[in-house]
Amino acid sequence: MKNLIRTAAFLKPYAWQVIATLVMLLTLTGLNLLVPRIIQNVIDDGLLRGDTTYLIRSALLLLGLGLGSALLGMGNRYGSEWVAAHVGYDLRNRMYDHIQYLPFSYHDHAQSGQLISRCIEDVRAIERFAGSSIPELVRFVFLTIGILAVMVSANATLALISLLPMIPLILMTASFGTKIGKLFFAVDMAVGEVSNRLQENVTGVQVVRAFAREQYEIRRFEAANKDVFVKWLHVIDEWAKIMPTTNWLITIGTILILYFGGQMVIDGTLTIGAVVAFNAYLLMMAEPAQALTGLVNAGGEAAAGAQRVFEVLDTEPDIRSKKDALTLSTLRGEVEFRNVSLKYQDEKVSSLSDVNLQVHRNQIVALIGPTGSGKTSLINLIPRFYDVTDGAVLIDRHDVRDVELTSLRRQIGIVLQTSLLFSDTIKANIAYGRPDATDEEIFAAAKAAQAHEFIESFTKGYETIVGERGVTLSGGQRQRVAIARALLMDPRILILDDSLSSVDTQTEKLIQSALDVLMEGRTTFVIAHRLSTVRRADMILVMDKGQIVEHGTHDELLARGGLYKEIHDLQLMQRDGFEEAMIESILTEKPQHENTIIAGRSNSG
Amino acid sequence: MTTKIIPPTFITQSEEQLDKGYDPRVAQGLMGFVKPYYGQMLFALALMVVVTAASVSGPYFVKLAIDEGVNAKDPIALRNIVLVYLLVSIVQLGFNYWRVRIMSRVGQHVLYDVRTTMFAHLQRLSLSFYNRYSVGRVITRVINDVGTLREFVTWAVLAIVRNLLGIVGTLIAMIALNFKLSLLTFAVLPLMVFATIAFRKAARKNYRKVRAAVSWANSILAENVNGVRVVQAFSRQQRNHQTFSGYVNRYFLETSLDAAWVASLFTPVIDVLGALATALVVYIGGTAVLGESITAGVLIAFVLYIDRFFEPIRDLSRRFDTLQSTMAGGERILELLKTPVEVRDEENANEMESITGAVRFGHVSFHYSDDPALVLDQIDLDVKPGETVALVGETGAGKTTIVKLLARFHDPTEGCVLVDGVDLRTVTQQSLRRQMGMVLQDPFLFNGTVKENILFGRLDAKDEEVIAAAKAVGAHDFIINLKNGYDTSVEEGGVTLSVGQRQLISFARALLANPRILILDEATSSVDTQTEHIIQSALATLLKGRTSFVIAHRLSTITNADKIVVIEGGKIVEQGTHTELLTKQGVYYDLYRTGFQE
Ligand SMILES: Nc1ncnc2c1ncn2[C@@H]1O[C@H](COP(=O)(O)OP(=O)(O)O)[C@@H](O)[C@H]1O
Ligand SMILES: Nc1ncnc2c1ncn2[C@@H]1O[C@H](COP(=O)(O)OP(=O)(O)O)[C@@H](O)[C@H]1O
Ligand SMILES: [Mg+2]
Repeated sequence: MKNLIRTAAFLKPYAWQVIATLVMLLTLTGLNLLVPRIIQNVIDDGLLRGDTTYLIRSALLLLGLGLGSALLGMGNRYGSEWVAAHVGYDLRNRMYDHIQYLPFSYHDHAQSGQLISRCIEDVRAIERFAGSSIPELVRFVFLTIGILAVMVSANATLALISLLPMIPLILMTASFGTKIGKLFFAVDMAVGEVSNRLQENVTGVQVVRAFAREQYEIRRFEAANKDVFVKWLHVIDEWAKIMPTTNWLITIGTILILYFGGQMVIDGTLTIGAVVAFNAYLLMMAEPAQALTGLVNAGGEAAAGAQRVFEVLDTEPDIRSKKDALTLSTLRGEVEFRNVSLKYQDEKVSSLSDVNLQVHRNQIVALIGPTGSGKTSLINLIPRFYDVTDGAVLIDRHDVRDVELTSLRRQIGIVLQTSLLFSDTIKANIAYGRPDATDEEIFAAAKAAQAHEFIESFTKGYETIVGERGVTLSGGQRQRVAIARALLMDPRILILDDSLSSVDTQTEKLIQSALDVLMEGRTTFVIAHRLSTVRRADMILVMDKGQIVEHGTHDELLARGGLYKEIHDLQLMQRDGFEEAMIESILTEKPQHENTIIAGRSNSG
Repeated sequence: MTTKIIPPTFITQSEEQLDKGYDPRVAQGLMGFVKPYYGQMLFALALMVVVTAASVSGPYFVKLAIDEGVNAKDPIALRNIVLVYLLVSIVQLGFNYWRVRIMSRVGQHVLYDVRTTMFAHLQRLSLSFYNRYSVGRVITRVINDVGTLREFVTWAVLAIVRNLLGIVGTLIAMIALNFKLSLLTFAVLPLMVFATIAFRKAARKNYRKVRAAVSWANSILAENVNGVRVVQAFSRQQRNHQTFSGYVNRYFLETSLDAAWVASLFTPVIDVLGALATALVVYIGGTAVLGESITAGVLIAFVLYIDRFFEPIRDLSRRFDTLQSTMAGGERILELLKTPVEVRDEENANEMESITGAVRFGHVSFHYSDDPALVLDQIDLDVKPGETVALVGETGAGKTTIVKLLARFHDPTEGCVLVDGVDLRTVTQQSLRRQMGMVLQDPFLFNGTVKENILFGRLDAKDEEVIAAAKAVGAHDFIINLKNGYDTSVEEGGVTLSVGQRQLISFARALLANPRILILDEATSSVDTQTEHIIQSALATLLKGRTSFVIAHRLSTITNADKIVVIEGGKIVEQGTHTELLTKQGVYYDLYRTGFQE
């Protein structure tokens, strides 16, 4: 109920339209009540008096009324649909926008299928309710009061007797109303789950196929589908109970009138005409009584939808700029972590504990360390994707929680570890952060990311549309488009989260040298496993179990002989093995190539 | 008023080809789902006849009570008649309850069947389908479009029958009463038929657009929900909101309004025609009464009948609205169901026998269906059972595509892929893939526990086996440190794990499957050096006795392979062992020399 009242608030901007619709509806109801009168007059006056002009007039009047009520009916229907569509439009906009601002931590635990079904299906239910049920409700109240008044004034005793069945009817409807909302909520949740199953199976289709798990997934889907089925049956069983019973109770009213009214007529206290008239009134009640069930039903459906919609809208995005947040102008690019700890929502252990870090402008910082040691978690704090549990992250000495988010994020170019693209052209994907970029800028960014060449090789070049999430590109191609996308931002702070993992060594080299130029004059964070990427950094952070265990330059860290040295030795060992083999083969087979090795990368690009 | 917004072609593409008016095949296709329930529906229909008869008998009981009871001043008769009436009404109640239950159950069964059929079909459609069809569209088809059927199968079918019965009954009564006045009433029928046809055309077009709008909105939503991290990283919220409210959602709004406009036009037109008929009868019939060719009673009855005649038509017109929307939804459902399965099992496909692991690519060429440029060009490759093959080459060279063909995610456009000398197209996909294990380039985890995700490889594996698999890839240590160890729940897509951790879990999953052919597509690209080293040393035992295809950029993974295949631009340019290729000083040599020189 509370949710429904909140829903009604969405009608506010359209108050006038709602009132107009209502007026049309009430006038229409009035006009409909006139028709029997006219016909009665035709019979009583026109026919009895033998007046032909009266007949013509009545016929024209009927036609006029028909036209009038048609226009009103049209206006009412269109009006209510108009209001409904606009309410839906507003709600979808709000939901969409709200979801966009909900923080990472919300989306980590949210199921996208459920979110989508809330935006579309649940909004639909609210829309229907707001558009047509609310005016209907008003009409219902008016009609009921009118009929009741007429009945009671005609014969109070008989009115009371014949209205007796209304009591169980109202009680039933009330209990139906309380139950149906919950049942619809269950239906909505079940539908959301079906939507989740679909979402997962489309996104993970390759895994399902690779493991020949189609039957397994079909069974899981069937379970979810069965749940929708069962939950709907619960709703329907309520319908099946209330709908026929409503009709029946009206009939019982007729029977009561017949029996008691008939007795009265026999006793001589009532006329037959009065009994017949009473029955007619009662039948007029039938329509609104049935409509009531529909109304309560729509109300329940909308309430369930509203609850689900409000669950999302009421989640305050806790990562949002403060009211008096500072809008950053061009950053110098100093980053400081002060005793930073991070514990993700619902987790027991901290993913970062007591991290201290001081990065000067234009420094290059490399992060290395075991999987799950907290590298991604650390860099995610810089654009404030998550808030620290303890300590503070400062950019140019401002706590990131005090600055205006967009002004911060606009100056950070980040290549996320999973390089997701949108189903749009490659060009639009590169220009994602700066839709106003010129073609030259886009090409330049693509060239720096070593993407230009392969993009040009496609039949449609930059206008090639990539599949959802970028599925039609190879992994390394996707990563390079994502790098281009970040470079185009011309950011003050550049963050590369393991962005070259799917790129072959040769291309990596090329990107590396392009980046060398690009990193100049920016503060850069690079996460990588290959030492070739890491070693040139001004500062290397070695992470383990959520802490920075070592930091320094390549040479300093080697001298320390810690974790970094271990990693280094491992990689060196592998490389040594390779170089040995290479040198051996060259020396023994084709000594003439010796020059090229030493000359380096001359002919390879 | 029609919208000027044009949604992208993939959303509307079905429109033109479907836009040929009423398509009986849609109705037929949908009726196919209803067929299994014909028996129950017939029964419900029979119940409805009883219910209708009972409700029609109501006025008769009233007449009886008044004539025999009240007028005859016979309280006993009155009581008896009322009691019988009560009895009949109870029967009516019971039967009505029964009917509603049966029909709504049938309705839900049909919806269940439609959804399950669609999902099963989705599981058969080849992967290239998913390049074109977004998550949002799939959801629209299976949920929203199927939803439009609900109203139809639950209420509309029987209501239509009931209304038709009502119309025919009234027609007969009218003709029996007075033939000339009936003709007068029927004069408006041609107008009505004309209005209906015009409405149907307009409504259908509009509802199709509404379906397209829902589809578009769902696609945009799904994509932005999935990509919300990128949206926020690039501060695209405002612009996205503009696009959504200015185009997608506005299109939704405008198409809904268009549909509402046509729908709200239709009922009033029918009403006006009804009023016209009444006016005609009142005038001409009234004159006839005055001329004493008919009685006043006949005229009154006629006016009442006109109402009875138009009421079901009005109701039908409302149902018609539902029907149009159902048709538009039904079309899209059938469109999905009729999408041909590109990679399908032959009718006489055999089960793949236990694989020994010989793999042969014979003159294989391939291009993806949406781009005619060849991705693979005349690939010839021979792999002996138990060999380890490393595929190397630039990104985009076609390495992943080769292993996808081996798993028969796609069929080659030319040439053939053989396992143990058997062409993959002659065996069932299930029997083939059950003996393969793949670690895909993008680790994908399902919503469920860590254990469930590993078990995906082999559902009946024991706990010890799961742990052994995890240990083999060096995942055990981090898993036991998670909140609930192996029972920690993994969120959709595995987002609460680091990418390397996701890779390790999907690696364990593939190992658990104990496959005859193992495919590792950059399986450890995001894994740190030390863990990778652990895997490396375990790999020798893990790969023993299996044919394996390994794609990796880090050299350590490659050097030990029995055969290294160098791919460039979709062609095999070199193959041999590490030493052979180095000695050759060709592409491989160049590739890694640059890669490893500092
Ligand atoms: N969104 C999240 N919610 C909960 N736990 C997380 C989340 N992201 C990462 N973790 C956990 O935090 C730890 C560090 O992860 P991460 O920073 O991604 O590591 P990496 O060093 O590989 O980048 C891991 O144990 C991981 O499971
Ligand atoms: N599903 C797809 N649809 C269309 N083109 C694709 C698809 N997948 C890959 N491609 C294209 O095929 C080529 C080879 O890709 P792939 O085999 O993934 O390369 P890699 O050697 O990096 O594994 C690339 O140019 C890529 O853009
Ligand atoms: Mg690949």
